[in-house]
Amino acid sequence: MVIQLSGHHLYKKFKQQTILNDVNISLASGEIYGLLGPSGSGKTTLVKILLGLEKCDQGKVELFNQKPSISSFHHLGYMAQSDALYEELTAYENLDFFGSIQGLRKKERKQRIEEVAEIVHLKDHLSKKVLQYSGGMKRRLSLACALIHKPKLYLLDEPTVGLDPLLRQSIWDLFQKLKDDGATLIVTTHVMDEVNRCDRVGLLKDGRILATGSPIDLLKTYQVNSIEEIFLKGESD
Amino acid sequence: MQNVLALMNRISRQFIRDKRTLALLIAAPILILTLVWVVFAAKTDEPKLAVVGDSKMGMVKQFTQHDFLHLLLKQAQSKLKKQEIDAYIEIKQPLSVHLEGSDPSTNQKALKKIQDTLGQTQNQGQQALSIHYLYGNKDMKMFDSFGPVLLGLFVFFFIFLLSGVSFLRERTTGTLERLMASPIKNVEIILGYLSGFGLFAMIQSIILTCYSIYVLQMHIEGSIFYVLLTIFILSLSALTLGMLLSTFARNELQIVQFIPIVIVPQIFFSGLFKLDNLPLWGQIIGQFTPLYYASDALKDIMIRGARFSDWWGDLALLLGFSLLFIILHMVTLKSYRKA
Repeated sequence: MVIQLSGHHLYKKFKQQTILNDVNISLASGEIYGLLGPSGSGKTTLVKILLGLEKCDQGKVELFNQKPSISSFHHLGYMAQSDALYEELTAYENLDFFGSIQGLRKKERKQRIEEVAEIVHLKDHLSKKVLQYSGGMKRRLSLACALIHKPKLYLLDEPTVGLDPLLRQSIWDLFQKLKDDGATLIVTTHVMDEVNRCDRVGLLKDGRILATGSPIDLLKTYQVNSIEEIFLKGESD
Repeated sequence: MQNVLALMNRISRQFIRDKRTLALLIAAPILILTLVWVVFAAKTDEPKLAVVGDSKMGMVKQFTQHDFLHLLLKQAQSKLKKQEIDAYIEIKQPLSVHLEGSDPSTNQKALKKIQDTLGQTQNQGQQALSIHYLYGNKDMKMFDSFGPVLLGLFVFFFIFLLSGVSFLRERTTGTLERLMASPIKNVEIILGYLSGFGLFAMIQSIILTCYSIYVLQMHIEGSIFYVLLTIFILSLSALTLGMLLSTFARNELQIVQFIPIVIVPQIFFSGLFKLDNLPLWGQIIGQFTPLYYASDALKDIMIRGARFSDWWGDLALLLGFSLLFIILHMVTLKSYRKA
């Protein structure tokens, strides 16, 4: 089993508030890891630390078995909570820009833009300005920007937030497809029903990982019927 | 009534939360008022004059009694060139006045003082003066002397706003974060911005300069190419400063708030007003504003037709400013990416 990304004993404080408190996490090649937790539990901070966008006070992050570096970003697809798109530009131009930043050649870019647009069902809207996009379309385009360079590791921060159930379904189908093609994904969510589509989940609460394992194992170990109950149990302990 | 109170209450709360706006509301006008006071309350702007001629002549004595320096011709010529004096009068037949010439209002003040002094000597009766301009001529209008400064000011102002707001947007929309999670170096981001905006800054410089010179007939002695070069280098410093300061703003309003702090003070030191009478600290502040150097170079080129060797230092300093802003920006960008 190849470890793609790992964080060891991560601590992070912001002013007086503890955000992360001794978090350990590791992602094996080819799995979908769901980082689950209520809002404010430190999911985004953890993702940013794993990416190297934020510094942890203590602990160590390894990306592809080495310290995160700029060159490792070639293999990394990141999608933040904000859509992070250039609204004045068309969808095509956005994809083209992020594709070039990732070092794709012109011909390759053109081909990949067609491919990812197909995947996120935006093929007919590529020439529209992002300004005219709906919220769901922006979300999908943002995801497409993270796919453009075929990374082997995805860090997706709340990729399905604000999307209707049908669209959410199709996006999770996409994650499954990426995984089948050999990619590793870490997806943060606070939607409990997305848990079942993950290979493993980590439950983050108040800056600590309460539990980690496959959804079925977790239910067995904690003898509960749903993942929510583990959070509630953690509270009563 | 209750609605009105509720609104009032809410607005006061928001104000109190936004300490920066609150401080600016008070501090910015104080800053600007102080600068106005320094610039305008300084001793009234007396022209610096000199007289050239035999010290035994009564007229020379008359002039020296009215604060004219008594100089040899050579000294007077060199001081005039270095702008240490605004004009000198040579006592000969006919009396000839040599003006520095680059600032029409100073020209008039100098001429008036010379004529007043002459009027008091009287014993010579009314004499025709032969007037010579080192730079410019008697037809030069105020616009010709303010023009170069305004040209620089507008370019600086708009480029600063534009680059500040667009880099801020990059940050607030999250695209900067996405870039930071991509294999692009910080220096490449900055260079990319410089080239992208630089292109438009160049177009702006060309159009504004050509319009001023060919349509508005702004006085120009030197080469238009040098003017363009100066304007372009000035816009680079506006560009880099805008980008740097955008990292200290949370939203567009806060970028606008930089105007009274960053742009307005520069106007006072840009050469629109004579700075010779400023207290030393005022003159020192002036040395830290890019616009000061740009105006200096532009006036040299456009009014005095000075050679490259006279103003290249100004441009070098402007480039130095840009470099400094870029380095500082690199430092702040570092905090966005730890890898």
